[in-house]
Amino acid sequence: MTDSGTTAPGTAEPATERRSPLDAVHRAAGASFTDFAGWQMPVRYSSDLAEHHAVRTHSGIFDLSHMGEIVLLGPGSAAALDHALAGRLSAIAIGQAKYSLLLAEDGGIIDDLVVYRTGEDRFMVVANAANAGMVAEELRARAAGFDTFVSDESDDIALIALQGPDARAVILETPGFGVDGPGNDAEDFDASLDALKYYRAFPATFEGEPVLVARTGYTGEDGFELYLAPDRAPRLWEALRETGGPRVTPCGLASRDTLRLEAGMPLYGHELSRDILPVQAGLGRVVALDKVGDFVGRAAVERGPAADAPVLVGLTAEGRRAPRAGYAVFDGEGDDAREVGEITSGALSPTLGHPVAMAFVAPDAAEPGRGLYVDVRGTRVAASVVTPPFYQRTK
Amino acid sequence: MTDQTALQYTEEHEWVRQDGDTVTVGITDYAAEKLGDVVYVDLPAAGTAITAGSVVGEIESTKSVGELFAPVDGEVVEANQAVIDSPELVNSDPFGEGWLIKVTAASLPKLLSHDEYRALTGE
Repeated sequence: MTDSGTTAPGTAEPATERRSPLDAVHRAAGASFTDFAGWQMPVRYSSDLAEHHAVRTHSGIFDLSHMGEIVLLGPGSAAALDHALAGRLSAIAIGQAKYSLLLAEDGGIIDDLVVYRTGEDRFMVVANAANAGMVAEELRARAAGFDTFVSDESDDIALIALQGPDARAVILETPGFGVDGPGNDAEDFDASLDALKYYRAFPATFEGEPVLVARTGYTGEDGFELYLAPDRAPRLWEALRETGGPRVTPCGLASRDTLRLEAGMPLYGHELSRDILPVQAGLGRVVALDKVGDFVGRAAVERGPAADAPVLVGLTAEGRRAPRAGYAVFDGEGDDAREVGEITSGALSPTLGHPVAMAFVAPDAAEPGRGLYVDVRGTRVAASVVTPPFYQRTK
Repeated sequence: MTDQTALQYTEEHEWVRQDGDTVTVGITDYAAEKLGDVVYVDLPAAGTAITAGSVVGEIESTKSVGELFAPVDGEVVEANQAVIDSPELVNSDPFGEGWLIKVTAASLPKLLSHDEYRALTGE
């Protein structure tokens, strides 16, 4: 048997790979590792299906310390980000988070980001691991001339995500949390967490050390992301696991990918790239064309893509054979069918039990309900165009 | 419990058990672990003639697709219906209930011993 996926059997782990501050914790837990953007990260601990289901039913804990964190500090930070990014970051309040895009001059997507406003003059930009260096470099270049200081703090910030319906209760039960500031007791923390809305964050402490508690995530479930110093991360990880017991399952990147796919969330390098304009990926709403002043990529976004440029759609199929990234999409079953696009991500949905995928297809093949065919290694598998998300939690 | 030392192995991480002229084929625990949760298997039907080294089936996990190579020349006599119905057997019992196909084969090519295979996987 050979494996055409990312985890080729017999492949030795290169010794030069970067390792998370939680590496020893993962090894003790028996995790399998994968190379992800130069990092050795857990792909699964035991079963990626069990980890996926755990997040949908109870909660899963993820190590996302490979993500990049770039901090802007100074009175010109908001204006710098308005110029550097596609969104209007000056409009968000302290404690608020916003999904945004870093665009190239030609409108192509350099990275997708979550930006937290952590003070009047302070923002934290969270970038994908593979792009973190480039994001820091671009932000530095674009912030020149603004009164702000850009620093890449990726090595000094670890990230633990707790995602799923039990996440909130587990954090509330975990001893050691306090709010950052006067008082600093557990009751204040509980009140702050209770009041925390989606895409909001507040500065807290865990065992006396700072942790930013954010109600954000990438799984389609309610959940939290906890940013803290790397040397504190193992202690927080263990505390959440000890408190949560069977309600907290360690989860690897394999389940993270199927969870985000079911939730219809794009992944950079699959749905998003330098060759894609935001509107093609359904992210037109992320670009604030009504904001005052110029920003990088504005002219290209205003021109828009060519009329026949492919657009991102969801696909669902029956059976169990999943379309996967790179597979060709056709408008018919026969040899005379036209190739209309390509799969960007696909999996047999663990929650739904049938294949789901995302694909870039020609605009005239993109209407919901349209029947298309995916070439699954030589077999044409029927699929229907749908509008993601494939899965939505009941609130 | 299958005695893994009594099996022969291929460099494609398959195991082979010879009982007279019938050969049973599966994938190793190492391969199952690397694939992750198996969610679909496509196996050759009984009666299919197979040639050593050719791709005769697929083993799909949530993350990737593995190819099943024929380890021997022969004819498929049975595909494991239990695994087709419950692909997770490949993960839970790769050397036992997770077997994939039975083949009639006149002779076996040179395969790896248990020790040679474990040396290959570094375990």
